[in-house]
Amino acid sequence: MNIEKILLENSASPSRREFLKTSGMLVVGFSAAAVAGPFAPSASAQAARGLYPDPDFHQLDSWIVIHQDNTATFFVGKTDCGQGTGTAFRQMMSDELDIAFKDTTCVMGTTDITVDQGGSGGSDAIQVDGWPMRRVAAEARRVLLDMASQRFGVPVAGLAVSNAVITVNADPSKRVTYGELIGGKRFNVALTGANIDATTGLAKVKPVQELKMVGQSPQRYDIPPKVDGSAKWAADVKLPGMVHARNVKPPFAGAKLMSIDESSVRNLPGFVKVVSKGNYVAVVCEREEQAIAAARQLKCNWQKPATAPFPASADLFTYMRGATPKSSQTPNTLGNVDTAFSGAAKIVEAEYEIPFQGHTAISPAHALADPSNGQMTIYSNDMKSYGMRNGVATFLGMPREQVRVIWMEGPQGYGRTAADDAGFEAAYIAKELGRPVRMQWTRAEEQGWDTKGPAFTFKIRGALDAQGNMTALDYGARSCDYNHLGYNEPDTVLIAQLMGQRRAMPANGSSAFPNDMYAIPNRRTLLEVVGLPLIWETPIRTGNLRDPNGPQSTFAAESFIDEMAAAAKADPVEFRMRMLTANNADDNGFRRARSIAVLKAAAEKFGWQPRPAPNPARRNGDILTGRGVAYTYRNQTVVAEIAEVEVNRKTGRVWVKRLVCAHDCGLVINPEGLRRTIEGGMLHSISRALYEEVAFDTEKVLSVDWASHPSLTHMDTPAQIDIVMVNGDPNPNRPDLPHYGAGETSCKPMIAAVANAIFDATGVRLRRVPFRKERVLAALNAANV
Amino acid sequence: MANITLRVNGRSHTVNVEPSTPLLYILRNDLGLQGPRFGCGLGQCGACTVIIKGAAVRSCVTPTSSVKGEVTTLEGLAKDGKLHPLQQAWIEEQVPQCGFCQNGQIMTAKALLDKNPHPTDEQIREGMSRTLCRCMTYYRIQAAIKRVAGGNV
Repeated sequence: MNIEKILLENSASPSRREFLKTSGMLVVGFSAAAVAGPFAPSASAQAARGLYPDPDFHQLDSWIVIHQDNTATFFVGKTDCGQGTGTAFRQMMSDELDIAFKDTTCVMGTTDITVDQGGSGGSDAIQVDGWPMRRVAAEARRVLLDMASQRFGVPVAGLAVSNAVITVNADPSKRVTYGELIGGKRFNVALTGANIDATTGLAKVKPVQELKMVGQSPQRYDIPPKVDGSAKWAADVKLPGMVHARNVKPPFAGAKLMSIDESSVRNLPGFVKVVSKGNYVAVVCEREEQAIAAARQLKCNWQKPATAPFPASADLFTYMRGATPKSSQTPNTLGNVDTAFSGAAKIVEAEYEIPFQGHTAISPAHALADPSNGQMTIYSNDMKSYGMRNGVATFLGMPREQVRVIWMEGPQGYGRTAADDAGFEAAYIAKELGRPVRMQWTRAEEQGWDTKGPAFTFKIRGALDAQGNMTALDYGARSCDYNHLGYNEPDTVLIAQLMGQRRAMPANGSSAFPNDMYAIPNRRTLLEVVGLPLIWETPIRTGNLRDPNGPQSTFAAESFIDEMAAAAKADPVEFRMRMLTANNADDNGFRRARSIAVLKAAAEKFGWQPRPAPNPARRNGDILTGRGVAYTYRNQTVVAEIAEVEVNRKTGRVWVKRLVCAHDCGLVINPEGLRRTIEGGMLHSISRALYEEVAFDTEKVLSVDWASHPSLTHMDTPAQIDIVMVNGDPNPNRPDLPHYGAGETSCKPMIAAVANAIFDATGVRLRRVPFRKERVLAALNAANV
Repeated sequence: MANITLRVNGRSHTVNVEPSTPLLYILRNDLGLQGPRFGCGLGQCGACTVIIKGAAVRSCVTPTSSVKGEVTTLEGLAKDGKLHPLQQAWIEEQVPQCGFCQNGQIMTAKALLDKNPHPTDEQIREGMSRTLCRCMTYYRIQAAIKRVAGGNV
């Protein structure tokens, strides 16, 4: 069943009840029909809840529907960003419910038919939301077994269940299907739990050993329609009477709109309207190509700001070092760092830099908003659709019960759509016009104005004793992240800023410390955040980019550990292993033991021969070959990665030829799905390592397309990628082995692994990302390599 | 505005549009095809790729009036209800993450293999190099192409 198709076919009729009726799904649980049970609202209370009420997470019917044909639909309040979480939920839930995987479907992310589990973010779908989903499925199984027990007059212990069929052990001719028991009817079972994450029934989840689909790799259900052209994306929705909108952005950051000459477009074919408030300008036309032409042609008079909004990107790091921090935490200190340095046999110091990097999704932002019948329906790929619903309702001053977001798939921005601008813009214009409005950003607009991952500077010192052991680490990280953009906030989304809204207290932003389990007895960590001069209405606004701050901090920290290993003339793996095995303390998630396991597994898979870097046998003509390792963790998922690179001495081009990743995220739901997620994460970070940088002058962003903001291509693809799934838990067979998140950890150490491999290949340490060939070549020439 | 007749996936369509309109918008908005996708409008990323006379063409920068010959879109690859071997390989290899670029990847690969059924790894890299994926599924795309080129679908 394709929920999007159903929703689309019924989109002209905003009545939810009608959608549900037409859909053929057993949806009494969601209808306004009279219902019995302790949680059933009265008819008047139901009416007061509006057309798009929140599904009640304390009702089993909000999560699971069993159909008369003995199939099940799971309603999940997450969004699948292309990592196959929908398939994984179906695996976990079909195991707990005891129904065949093929007989299940999964509906995600649409705000009025799924419980608000927050949508995507933080790699928490499986780690956090996997548990309530497993528990509600287990509860449905328990209830169904109770029903069968009553029907047959046999205690539950005398029943067996398999593939949604319950049989009496003593007389297997007595059997009943789930569909026969509940199909077409509500469970009417109340759940408990203080919040959505804690939702539970009376049933317990199964031990790992009894899970059958978990650990297998069924194919993702969303892939066939994506390769045969039948998939309906948010970008594809068309409604009768819809019009096309394009933004006209300020040509200079911080510019003030003085006037609009509407006569410049009024006579264009298909022209509908210019919509403007404050510094926000959009033009609307009947057809898409007409809107594109009108947006290009609209004459606006903009006034430049009196002072430069930001330094040019070439001067960014100088600016950041000289800026007064907006926030500066008291250094976090372990042991006595100054004493350790004064007694050191060797001290290493290094500074690292990483620029702003864009989300730069493969397609620019887009959404369609339908204001029919005084409601607002937004068709959007916002990964946090629930937040968009709340944000748009506040922004437009509408009761949230009249606003819904139909989540549909879209281009992945890995955090970009958590603060999706286009949905707000489409809804605003749709409300103004009273017609469905499709908003589509341009490539230059997306590259220029999307959210950026923060730039960082790092200053790090380390101390070695006479035996080459690391005795102290003094780590300072400074991010340019002041006024970091929140999720779908009605007062910080770009259209609100351009219309003049200002928050009294801008978001502090954050810096990041290294995530490792090294036994370094003396540590000092200083985290600071600075801001650019212009923090509102700026194209250089920071947001959460896949594993926020992790690739930056791990680039610096794990590059530095490699520099320490080189200074100690130690093998980089052995140097790290020595610090991981130097004590016995561990945490609840056994991260130290699991760190050792992944580092060991990665080295074994790679065939790592111990020696110090750089590689003594690295040169083959113009090609220099080296290897680099980096390790870290993210929440409870630990990962070690090894990159083998070839550096062309004549051109400076770096090719990451081979990758090894050892990955421990606890219980693996779908190994093949996980493998691809890890591959994509690693390559995403290689793109950040080798290419990505937001360039700007003192007025505007200059990297506005794929030529000026290059990305990894097919030419850069490694020849070989080996992924080792590790279960480093000290009790690997424990029945409650947790499933940790895996969407972002593999991104985290990759930039460092590449930097370390380039050092191994060339003997030159690159401390400034990205390692584009011009920069690499300059560094090689400066070192006479 | 002018009447323009296009032949797409075996069927003829006449549309009344501004002749310079990029083909992509006609395919998507007038003919209801959603395989070709808007990614950049600059001919840089490949998400909008269609096949015309055996060549992979970027429909976002192709004026509709300039189209000579039949247009094949992703929807037109399957024959008699059977997926094209590349589409089948894409499923078997579980290539897509978000999938938004995959129209361009598949259509570019088809044009590549139609010209050169057994490309070397290097020829695959070069032939695909201008078709971008921001989920970075390149490794799996190349594996899927090799499946077809090696006859393993």
